[in-house]
Amino acid sequence: MAVAKERVGASPPPEQQSQVKWGERIIETVIKMGGISSIVIIALIFLFLLREGLPAFLDIPLRQLFGPTWYPIEEMFGMLPLLAGSLIVTVGAVAIALPLGLTTAIYLGEIAPPSLREILKPIIEVLAGIPSIVLGFLGWIALAPLIQNLGAPTGLTAFTGSLILAYMSLPTIISIAEDALYAVPKEYRDGALAIGATQWQAIWRVVLPAARPGLVIAVMLGIGRAIGETMAVMMVTGNAANIPSFQTGFFFVPVRTMTATIAAEMGEVAQGSLHYSTLFAIGIVLFVISFAINSLAGRLVGVDGVRRSRGGML
Amino acid sequence: MSNKIEVRDFDFYYGDFQALKGLNLDIRANAITALIGPSGCGKSTFLRCLNRMNDTIRGTRAEGEVRFDGANIYAPDVDVVELRQQIGMVFQRPNPFPQSIYDNVAFGPRVVGMAKRSDELDHIVAESLQGAALWDEVKHRLRDPALELNPGQQQRLCIARTIAVKPEVILMDEPCSALDPVATLSVEDLMRRLSEQYTIVIVTHNMQQAARASDYTGFFWLGELVEFNATESLFSAPKMPLTEAYITGRRG
Repeated sequence: MAVAKERVGASPPPEQQSQVKWGERIIETVIKMGGISSIVIIALIFLFLLREGLPAFLDIPLRQLFGPTWYPIEEMFGMLPLLAGSLIVTVGAVAIALPLGLTTAIYLGEIAPPSLREILKPIIEVLAGIPSIVLGFLGWIALAPLIQNLGAPTGLTAFTGSLILAYMSLPTIISIAEDALYAVPKEYRDGALAIGATQWQAIWRVVLPAARPGLVIAVMLGIGRAIGETMAVMMVTGNAANIPSFQTGFFFVPVRTMTATIAAEMGEVAQGSLHYSTLFAIGIVLFVISFAINSLAGRLVGVDGVRRSRGGML
Repeated sequence: MSNKIEVRDFDFYYGDFQALKGLNLDIRANAITALIGPSGCGKSTFLRCLNRMNDTIRGTRAEGEVRFDGANIYAPDVDVVELRQQIGMVFQRPNPFPQSIYDNVAFGPRVVGMAKRSDELDHIVAESLQGAALWDEVKHRLRDPALELNPGQQQRLCIARTIAVKPEVILMDEPCSALDPVATLSVEDLMRRLSEQYTIVIVTHNMQQAARASDYTGFFWLGELVEFNATESLFSAPKMPLTEAYITGRRG
């Protein structure tokens, strides 16, 4: 304890010192346990998923498992329609939410007068708290008939799901993106304006690049919300495990997502059956997808973002 | 020498607070004009009025005239963006963008649309960095992040970024306050050389800097311009007792 010896002059008397040390050690241990336990729990969840889902990977040939027919009663467990359903609904949701979310964030953070911002920001954050099932209701009652009127065979389609999901992830995207813009030092804007840039040039060429790490996080969290969402999507996408083809209207046909399949079928399978473990296998695939998205986000934000920017980090 | 900027009966308000009171002064072309005074005296506010940077602060109001080459910059038909291309500004804390050295200098020419071809842009960047006495230090690493430069280099980079759009006036808001003495001297040398081409107005809290680096000095006190004169006369024979008290360190 060379360090402790050097500090002897300033340290409290021995008995008090050991008390302080004990207190420190207890707090340290508690914090360490908290950190370790969350890692352990995540590892356990993954192990559990693997244990329950692995039989599906072992018993069903991969070609069949990722095949085009999901018909559990006939023991046909092809995940492709569900993957396609999740993909279409999520990509659709992101395509709608991204431009809307970022432009709203830019408006709030850069253009709107502070007084308006003070009013709008809390409102948007409250929207994030709306239970997803309520949005599902809204989609079912209000949105679906509207879409059917547009000429789709039914109102419960991938598009309906995307709209609801987009609406659901918008508050997250807006709120975090706006925080990222807000964190960009005012000096950057001043610097750009003082050379004769217009406000838009300053935003587009200086503020947005500086805020990029935070903006990527905003988008990724939005996508995360969209791909993991279950109940609302189950209500409005029509739950048909078909691969949408271009002939049948692609975006405007009923689909079924991976999450919705797990939720809908888990209640009626025999524990330990092949169907049961296939549902867990879907869970594993979902896990892998969201893990991939997260690490992609990490890569995008990564070293580059930290080194090059002072601002925009959360 | 002619006047580049003429300020007439100029008042400025933050909301109800009057920050500048009835200012009248002339800023000579191709000279260095220093503005000194205690913190909060309005010298920085005044500087930011000269290229209307205060427009970005809500609730501010200006009265009177600031004539740039004879035309009032507060006239309703003035294009502020164009004005700031002619009257550039360097800030107190070096504020290079989190981009490469090259992109920082090229920023202005790009947004203004000065260079049609990339070799023209290269030329402007090189010329500006040379003008800011930074070229020799960075010519081999133009693609490196600007934030890896030391503060003195960053400030000279900001000066290069400003002169890249070929302004007529450069406003400097305490440009050396975040720099060490060596970097400060190099920026002062640079100002001297830049004044051959540009009109420079510098705000400084450092009276030695004003005395050694400027041609004209204005002394601000509580939003008023107490005295304005050639630097030598102001420091050697101040006319106002307040000026004398301040520069000899008895008030401030």
